[in-house]
Amino acid sequence: MSASVLYDEPGPRARVRHRLVGVATLGLIGAFVAFTIYRFTETGQFEPLKWKQFEYEAIQLQLLHGLLATLEAAGTAAVLALIFGGVFASARISDAWIFRAPATFLVELFRAIPLLILIFFGYYVPLQYGWHISNFWALVAGLTVYNGSVLAEIIRAGIAAIPRGQAEAAYALGMQKGQVVRLILLPQAIRAMLPSIIGQLVVLLKDTALGFIITYPELLYVGKQMGSRLAFDLPYVPTYLVVAAIYIGMCAIMSAFANWLAKRGDGKRSPAPTPRR
Amino acid sequence: MNSCRTASLMGMGVLAIVMALGACGKKDEPRAAGSTSAAVGTGDKCASSGVKLTPATDVKIEGSKTYDKIKGAGKIVVGVKADQPNLGYKDADGKRCGFDIEVAQLVAARIGIDPSKIEYKEIPSTNRETAIKGGEIDYYVGTYSITDKRKNDVGFAGPYFIAGQDLLVRKDESAITGKDTLQGKKVCSATGSTPLQRVREQKLTDDGNISEFKTYSECVSQLLDKKVDAVTTDDAILKGFAAQSPSKLKVIGQPFSQEKYGIGVAKDDTAFRNAVNDVLEAANKDGTWKKIYDGTLGLSGSSATQPPAERY
Amino acid sequence: MLEFFRTLTNNWDIFSRGFLTTLKLFVIGAVGSLTVGTILATMRVSPVPVLRGLGAAYVNIIRNTPLTLVFAFLVFAAPKLGIEIAFEPAAYTALTIYTAAFICETLRSGINTVPVGQGEAARALGMTFGQVLYLIVLPQAFRTVVPPLISMLNAMLKNTTVAAGFSVVEAGAIQAYLSERGENQVVTLFWITFGFLCFVVPLILLQRYLERRWAVVR
Repeated sequence: MSASVLYDEPGPRARVRHRLVGVATLGLIGAFVAFTIYRFTETGQFEPLKWKQFEYEAIQLQLLHGLLATLEAAGTAAVLALIFGGVFASARISDAWIFRAPATFLVELFRAIPLLILIFFGYYVPLQYGWHISNFWALVAGLTVYNGSVLAEIIRAGIAAIPRGQAEAAYALGMQKGQVVRLILLPQAIRAMLPSIIGQLVVLLKDTALGFIITYPELLYVGKQMGSRLAFDLPYVPTYLVVAAIYIGMCAIMSAFANWLAKRGDGKRSPAPTPRR
Repeated sequence: MNSCRTASLMGMGVLAIVMALGACGKKDEPRAAGSTSAAVGTGDKCASSGVKLTPATDVKIEGSKTYDKIKGAGKIVVGVKADQPNLGYKDADGKRCGFDIEVAQLVAARIGIDPSKIEYKEIPSTNRETAIKGGEIDYYVGTYSITDKRKNDVGFAGPYFIAGQDLLVRKDESAITGKDTLQGKKVCSATGSTPLQRVREQKLTDDGNISEFKTYSECVSQLLDKKVDAVTTDDAILKGFAAQSPSKLKVIGQPFSQEKYGIGVAKDDTAFRNAVNDVLEAANKDGTWKKIYDGTLGLSGSSATQPPAERY
Repeated sequence: MLEFFRTLTNNWDIFSRGFLTTLKLFVIGAVGSLTVGTILATMRVSPVPVLRGLGAAYVNIIRNTPLTLVFAFLVFAAPKLGIEIAFEPAAYTALTIYTAAFICETLRSGINTVPVGQGEAARALGMTFGQVLYLIVLPQAFRTVVPPLISMLNAMLKNTTVAAGFSVVEAGAIQAYLSERGENQVVTLFWITFGFLCFVVPLILLQRYLERRWAVVR
């Protein structure tokens, strides 16, 4: 990346200056790490008692169940949100206002409401009318309508970005609107939008952590319970470090995948927008 | 490029950590079991009263939806708490114990279900009515105060215990001696709990000084961090916490309410409610209640007698 | 029908208190995350590799962490390390830490849209990195960047509700208060939604307006 807007290839003096700034920054980072370690020792975070609970099989299982609960909610919601997104994106580009108007309204509405409130709706409203929804489905419902609406927007934008010639050519071949969307536009839009879609699924995965508020026993909820064990001297710090590592690991793998896809798409597209297969 | 590589590198690093954790756990399994029996020092070992419960046979509860459901499933789903030492607790080995847990087991056994067939669900204070109304659980035993307002939503068997609202403070606290010394102090309790409502109604402290969390253990954490000055709820709960950390915490011991703990059941299932009341009354007569109490909650130091069931 | 409005008027105290706190969280969080986000973006486009690495590490870690975990860390874990922080400041801090990572990325992508010639011309005039960035590039990037920035801030506004789980009485906490007072949950949630729409819709409209107005620039 030599051609930056902001700076040229550094000369000898600039290089020295950059190195100095670099060393100073490293020094600051080092000081920060040292301070953190000092605080950790000072407050006894390294004491075996605080880490001891990770040795218990029941606790490991609990952590695993939390992780599985997170993945289960995220997986279910991801599938449903993709369906929701596809359906609503199609409705939004429909020629019939009877589909377009309500779809547009709902997508805009769901995107404007905080996810937490949507989850509350899923949990408390059915109860008011005497039916019961488990906290799993309340969480999944909230995640689905919120992320589904965002996905609908992403897919719609993706379809809008496809060169008009594609649709025109398809119409010229005698295809109907439904066929054009389903066979020509959606596949291309999804391919182009795949990185954004995966990015949104990462958001969805992270948002499962809101489940704690309706006490769905996901990973963070388990972490809170573990951290609040008085018998292990409230090991919040060790527990959250482990929980954070798991979240960051899962999301980073997904983000890396999205980045890889993005790069792969770019590389292939840059010579000429040739249709593949 | 940069961010991608960083991300995947971090991902791999984290995976390695997770795998290492898993691996070390497996290797340590036998040792973990060993360290539990020696875990007296950490105080996280579940103690049971040792009362033996054999499931009753020839039980019949006519016209109870809950009972039919239980019979059909062959198991009971009981709502409990898991973070209240000596009441409803789950230790690091995953064992449940405490007064509430054993009362739940007692009820199960006496209506003909093996206590080992109980499926426990941890339901925090805010969600209790929801869980019962929705049929997510068959009954709830977890420091559940009988109130008129809650009777609109659920039914109560019992009471099986009477507690009183009290205050938990840091050991070195001298300014707080009772509920009237709370003005200007920061008080913490669980969202949607009766103690919290009482603090608000009686204006024991400014609304801005009230902190709410989902569970009492989170409040205790804030108390030890000095971000709140007192945790308020029933003495039974507070004593359990104080017993786990006697060098840092104490209970004031000036209860200012009467909390009758009931067993939450479906509102319209009077037949089931009566059956549970029968179980509680029988346990009073034959001394089982006393044995359970002495072996669990009684360990925190005070004695108690079983209140008579209120049938309504 | 009357009942429906009574839920709002009878509990006006808690509704106004909740939404005022939400507004406060939003304003402080917005100022904080824009500031931190700009600093991070500066680091990520700077010629010093260490700074770039540090910025990238921050963004990658925070973007992959749930906001709820950031909150939980500040409220429960930080005090265990001797870092005292009250509940409301913890909420500002969590929102800032989290949103800054996204703001940084938005700014960075905006910077990349500015033609290279602009920077080259500025440097030919002898401007330093800071001058190029703040006088030439960022002002031009601003137009492309403002609509997505508004949508980031909009997301943050919605994210303030997470504070409800961490002892901050904002709009997301109203529901628990009113269920304690025995109000109808559906009506309560309706009014909370309505309140949010009053904040969110103007922001969305502003974003759309700017998008349309500035779309033709390049």
